[in-house]
Amino acid sequence: MAVNLNTAGAGTREERLGAVTGYVGTIKGLSEGSENGTIKERGRCFSQATSCSNLCAVGQLTSIRDVAIIYHSPSGCMAGASRSIKESSKVAGNRGLTYETQILCTDMDEPDTIFGASDSLYDAILEAYNRYKPNAIFVAATCVSGIIGEDLDAITNSAAGKVPVPVVPVHCEGFKSKIWASGFDSTDHAIVKHIVQPARPESERNGRKFINFKNFSESERKVIEELFDKFDLDVQFLYSTTTIEELRRLSEAVATVSSCSALGTYLGTALDQEHGVPYIQTLNPAGIAGYEGWLRQIGEVIGEQEKVEAIIAEGRAQWLPKIEKVKERLKGKKVVVAMGSAFAFEMSRVVQELGMEVVYIMSWHVDPEYDNGKGAERVKYLADTNPDDIGVTVADQQNHELINVLREYKPDLYLSRHPGSVIWAVKQGTSALFVGDEYTAFGYQRLYRWAHTIADLLANQSFERNLASRVSLPYSEWWFNQTHDALYDPTAEDKARQKAEKKAAKLAQKEKHVATLAEKAMIAIEKRPEFENRNVTGTPEDEEAAV
Amino acid sequence: MAKLTDKSTFKCGLGAIQTVHAIDGVLPILHAGPGCAVKVGGGQDLGGSGHYASQIFPCTNLSEKEIVFGGEGILKKTIENAQKVIDADLYVVLTSCASEIIGDDSENVAGKFAQQGDPVIHVSTAGFKGNNYLAHDWVLTSIYDQYLKTDKPTSDQIIKGQVNVFASLPQHDPFWHGNYDVLEDLLLDIGLKPNIIFGHGRGIKNVDKIPYAEFNLVVNPWVGLESVQFLEEKFGTPFFHYPNLPVGAYETTKFLLAVAEYAGLDLEPIREYTEKNERKYYYFIERFANTLLEQRIMAKRFTVVADAQYSLAFTRYLVNDFGINPQKQYATEDVPEKHRDNIRELFQDLNTDYDAEISFETDGFKIHEEIKQEDYLGYPLIIGSAWEKPISAEVDAYYLNVTWPINERLVINSSYVGYDGGLNLLEDIYSEVLQRYE
Repeated sequence: MAVNLNTAGAGTREERLGAVTGYVGTIKGLSEGSENGTIKERGRCFSQATSCSNLCAVGQLTSIRDVAIIYHSPSGCMAGASRSIKESSKVAGNRGLTYETQILCTDMDEPDTIFGASDSLYDAILEAYNRYKPNAIFVAATCVSGIIGEDLDAITNSAAGKVPVPVVPVHCEGFKSKIWASGFDSTDHAIVKHIVQPARPESERNGRKFINFKNFSESERKVIEELFDKFDLDVQFLYSTTTIEELRRLSEAVATVSSCSALGTYLGTALDQEHGVPYIQTLNPAGIAGYEGWLRQIGEVIGEQEKVEAIIAEGRAQWLPKIEKVKERLKGKKVVVAMGSAFAFEMSRVVQELGMEVVYIMSWHVDPEYDNGKGAERVKYLADTNPDDIGVTVADQQNHELINVLREYKPDLYLSRHPGSVIWAVKQGTSALFVGDEYTAFGYQRLYRWAHTIADLLANQSFERNLASRVSLPYSEWWFNQTHDALYDPTAEDKARQKAEKKAAKLAQKEKHVATLAEKAMIAIEKRPEFENRNVTGTPEDEEAAV
Repeated sequence: MAKLTDKSTFKCGLGAIQTVHAIDGVLPILHAGPGCAVKVGGGQDLGGSGHYASQIFPCTNLSEKEIVFGGEGILKKTIENAQKVIDADLYVVLTSCASEIIGDDSENVAGKFAQQGDPVIHVSTAGFKGNNYLAHDWVLTSIYDQYLKTDKPTSDQIIKGQVNVFASLPQHDPFWHGNYDVLEDLLLDIGLKPNIIFGHGRGIKNVDKIPYAEFNLVVNPWVGLESVQFLEEKFGTPFFHYPNLPVGAYETTKFLLAVAEYAGLDLEPIREYTEKNERKYYYFIERFANTLLEQRIMAKRFTVVADAQYSLAFTRYLVNDFGINPQKQYATEDVPEKHRDNIRELFQDLNTDYDAEISFETDGFKIHEEIKQEDYLGYPLIIGSAWEKPISAEVDAYYLNVTWPINERLVINSSYVGYDGGLNLLEDIYSEVLQRYE
């Protein structure tokens, strides 16, 4: 398995990784199915609004400093622009850096959808440059640009000759993939294909060696920088607060790691394949097993095993006794975990490390394998460490399914990482914690703090009680009485069974019909003795009957 | 000149989700791509986790398969199951760019449900057809057209004093709920029976009451006019267009007297009411006048970069009540050409020697370039959206984020409308002013 940088875009995770957004089973079934390639998409005949790959792609681009991003779309696609800019400029501000990235849009109207809008995109690219002098211009594809067939490669190519900065198409049409994480790959593909340069000889480089570190936010930047300082390495965080110049040099890193395997897969694999930068794919550095495994694998690749063991020994001595103690506060608590395809399983592992019971897992999608062809350790790890198995549903944030999972498993705690989800447990009186920070359980200290945070949450449920007693859920009684997967399309076996039943019923009906007609015909013949000597098949009545 | 959206303060037509979502018991069903709802549905920090929410909205989540083979089948299944799974009084099918470009006949699919008596209606809200300000009226008109089945009311069916009120754009205006609450209270106080469909405890039962109003009241420079014109045709209900959202003592009194006069109410008790409230308003102004008057470092000039509603409302208030002067003002929601002259005139009706220039520019970049060129003769006040924060810092302005996008303040149900609303605005402005000292 490899990525293909000769194509315009990254393609979808469905195509590349066999990823799915609909699956019902268990962690063992998912693990085995991932290994032998038998995980199949189960469609739905009812869905609620999810998210799109365009949003994820542009989200990644927005965190790069001092570029322009142009949506080739009507105005609604860029509705989140101001908020993204605010967040990225805060993250830059935290480092004392300025942030001048701009998000624009070609504001397609009805005539554009009929006659095309290539000219206005071309003009918009030039205007974006004139206004803001960005260091690169990215053009994001959307549903509309994709459906009307705008040739982004050709337009960006011709505009590139007119401005002195890279003009890069990002193929992330919202309808192309059901998996919004495909958008991460669209951006990674564009960066590696159009921005990253071949590594310069070491003699021409300045500064310390560095490691690429792909993550979402940077809440642990300082801690991670201090950690890698021990290995005499700088850390190139991606993509937040990066510059185009820094991105050009990703090929010169000693390795690529990520805080999240689902986030890092495409970039890590592409840099490995194209530029020989080793990609270290590990469990996420959350919880004890994740953090230690992550450190050890990094240590192995950069030849710093001894230092890593020393860090682990020191951390364990300082923190494990404290963590053991806080576990007493959490013992026996039942948890439902619902997150993205990596975190759902990673955080389930962490929940178990803290002595709580994971009663059900919902994953917004699942990648049975990653771009480097390696299987998904996070799922296998849980399967191997849970002899009693755990139920798993893969659902792209389908709220109606989540509601019935929560009603069935009645957890003490619901954990989710995506905006808009935790409230639905709280409305039912269940405590819920938003795990928005990917570094929530990073390293020993954060794990210790997070464990206490959970215990503190469970110690005071006033908010949940007060709200739940005054609101109702929007779902029907009918839905509450269904299993959470009641509105999936039938499986192949279901279909085969239904088809056989239908066929049998049809056959029985046909036989009955023929019998009735025959009977009718006989009666008719009997009633008309004048025809008794003629061939019955020649009668008009019979012709009618045969129809 | 390039066609470009830069720092815009509107969303696409599918932003009409927010109008639907603001009517209790009415559920949008989206024939749209998977990301549309989360992008334009109101989202985080704008009250996006109500009884319904973006993640509750049934959606066809259009994928490559439907783009190629059509999505009418999946829309039918979605409408059918939406009614089984989620309780609602009315299901409103909203179309999107994708579903319309591929040529799905959503109207026909939804129409078949309506024919069999299901509470399902349909609105064309493709993003490319116009922005959410226009689409607000499309949604309302469709509800009146397809859902309200009653005939023209007879004169004895008209409820004396009932007035249907349409003002702020729900959810897109972060203060919408508070604004409707204040307007409701004010109109109740002068003896009318306001009927509002947006917000807590209102919903479909108030939609049902719409045909029986004595008149419709639009408190907005232009949004809402199209749908009350439709009501006039359908039910014969006249409408009163009061373009200015009243902020502060002077404008609120003017508003109440105008409405009372239109409704044919006895003005005497209303004058007593307004006078009482003005005295209370000026009681506070008197007490805090030293703070307001003794800031040595605020210029007498301001700019509002907002939709026409707030641009006009704040300009009127700050000029007519507070006594400072307008530099160039901006109405940024792409006001349709036919309303522009009227709005220009409204900006001339001010108690100052100043003429307030109003620009209908939608391009934030150009607006900011103009602001940079202005000489405010000191530290100005800039009221606008989140986009105005950096430019405000650049020109040393006092800055207040009032319109969408709004990122760094939480608005739950507060409002700048009415007598207290003016004081609320001063509180917020001076909370900025007091942060500087020289």
